[in-house]
Amino acid sequence: MIKGKFIDNLPKVYGIYTGGFIGFIILMAIGEQMGMSAKAIGVAFVAFTIFIYALIGYLSRTAQADAYYVAGRQVPTVFNGMATAADWMSGASFVAMAGGIYFKGYGYMALLVGWTGGYILVATLLAPYLRKFGCYTVPDFIGTRYGGNLARLCAVIVLTVASFTYVTAQINATGTIASVALDIDFKYAVYVGLISILLCSMLGGMRAVTWTQVAQYIVLIIAYLLPVFWISNKMGAGFFPHFMLADEVARIGELEQQFGFVKNSAADLATVPKGLAGITKAHSAVNATPWAFISLALAMMMGTASLPHVMMRYFTTPSVKAARKSVGWSLFFIFLLYSSAPMLATLSKLTLIDPNLSTGIIGKSFAEVQSIDWYQNWNQANLMFISDFNGNGTLELNEFFMGGKAVVLATPEIAGLPYVISGLVAAGGMAAAMSTADGLILAIANAISHDVYYKMIDPKAETAKRLLVARILLVVIGFAGATIAAMEIQGILGSVIWAFDFAMSGLFFPLVLGVWWKRANRQGAIAGMVLGLGSAIWYLVWVRTGGSGFLGLSQLTFGIFGAGVSFVAMVVVSLMTQEPDKATQKMVDEVRIPSGKTILGRQH
Amino acid sequence: MSNATKHWEKSRSLLFITLIIWAIFSMGIFLFGAEMNEVTGPFGYPWTYWFTCQGSLGIFVILIFWFANRQEKIDEEFGFNEREDD
Repeated sequence: MIKGKFIDNLPKVYGIYTGGFIGFIILMAIGEQMGMSAKAIGVAFVAFTIFIYALIGYLSRTAQADAYYVAGRQVPTVFNGMATAADWMSGASFVAMAGGIYFKGYGYMALLVGWTGGYILVATLLAPYLRKFGCYTVPDFIGTRYGGNLARLCAVIVLTVASFTYVTAQINATGTIASVALDIDFKYAVYVGLISILLCSMLGGMRAVTWTQVAQYIVLIIAYLLPVFWISNKMGAGFFPHFMLADEVARIGELEQQFGFVKNSAADLATVPKGLAGITKAHSAVNATPWAFISLALAMMMGTASLPHVMMRYFTTPSVKAARKSVGWSLFFIFLLYSSAPMLATLSKLTLIDPNLSTGIIGKSFAEVQSIDWYQNWNQANLMFISDFNGNGTLELNEFFMGGKAVVLATPEIAGLPYVISGLVAAGGMAAAMSTADGLILAIANAISHDVYYKMIDPKAETAKRLLVARILLVVIGFAGATIAAMEIQGILGSVIWAFDFAMSGLFFPLVLGVWWKRANRQGAIAGMVLGLGSAIWYLVWVRTGGSGFLGLSQLTFGIFGAGVSFVAMVVVSLMTQEPDKATQKMVDEVRIPSGKTILGRQH
Repeated sequence: MSNATKHWEKSRSLLFITLIIWAIFSMGIFLFGAEMNEVTGPFGYPWTYWFTCQGSLGIFVILIFWFANRQEKIDEEFGFNEREDD
């Protein structure tokens, strides 16, 4: 099935796939009408989609290095865009983003701007040039551009630190969803998630991950958009929510004024279960200082341009031109979900707090709210909580608490949508977390197998042996990630943001200056990577242990400090040491011209 | 001046223009977030709110496609375009 012709038939293949998936949703809806239990629907959704991904992974198996590392460099722009979007949008984007907007408002929106704006940097500064270079991995570029094993090794270390921070969060998310949907203990669900992830990538490497990610994008975008449009129409808020929710946004502002943000005492708050938050910030007002907003956006943008699992997706396009266009498509597909998250947050909030709506609970009596089915369900799942702090028997805005995930997971049920939608949302969240985890594990395993094993330890290894090493590493890294995920150190979003900061501290300037500054040399790049990552880790530890920090850089934006150190170190050390040799300078000139053969050519 | 040098100079000025637009809509406008939010913008949303939900994000999408097209034109001008075999 996946031979030369497969590429020509892509629109047809994925068209049939999408139709089949919609058919499956309808089938489940009919099942629900005929009395299929909620649990059975949830299990069916998650199990069916995982089965399809595993099947695609199996069909895409390969024994060729080119297919395993860069999907044979023949992924068309639009499909690479979808795959990148799935690679990019993690469990955090899918499950937690709308919740973040819901509770934190404007200050959180910096992440939306940052996670999209970063693609401008990818498209202009890096992706086309790295594609021209023809590398298999990001450290491959660093190693060849600057020369020497030490530079290569430093890049592998930065990549591993950043990606590993990120991947534990993703495995954690697959575990959470699998444990809810399949009703098994989280400890085991983490490994169920991991095995699903490995099924997609082990046999076919990048090629398998590419085609499963496209399939996962289709599932996750349907799962995100369908409820948003449905709820909006059901509420009569407008048939196209993105352009029609201004009145609802204004109404939330009005209600906030009417209810007021009453501050709860510390003693009262101590009774609220961990992880739940109340609505304490205005929905659409500006509640952060310009620097807090801009620094967070900037950190996320530079981090985006340094994360290897995203960059390596653009190594799979057929040409340099296609790499540029493909970045545009990636962002377009990401935009579809990101622009819907604030709409979901708006609809979800209004559904709950507007006393004029039948679903609104603020202002109702405690007995009444406690008797609602969905409240009981989500209270039991530890995602919703109410407590009568002032003892007046009526629920006030400050007496209602919810987990961030509930905005995506619970809103369909609250708004009165059939359960089939909740099953669909679970499948979407699983797809989002799996696709990102796959990309990350592959990025780490490929860097170690290609750059450390093949380029440093055993350059004469045969293809079969190289790919065997790559697959073993994939499994080992996956299990290491799952083991750490099972310990639950940081919340999903916390570790995601750290990954961006680590990546930008170590890799942003060595990558960008490698293309844009001919004078950058090996010593400079090594100094940039080591001091950048080192100072970032130092700053994070310092802030975490009670340090005050400076310039208002927090544990979310410490990458700006790390990248600053990296930049200064790289420029100063480069200028103090000898300029790169003629061959290297000529190589940089070559990289800047889109036409012609790739730099690495047949060296692989 | 060689062909390659001229090509690079043109590419570089395109980069600067793109990055200036990027900086304005990802950072610049948010210096005035509070003031801008007082004014009603597209579809009736407050301006700042609209930019964070859709505006900036949409502008980025358009900006990348615009940049890619311009860069292709520059590549063609200097004969560095790739063969159409994708």
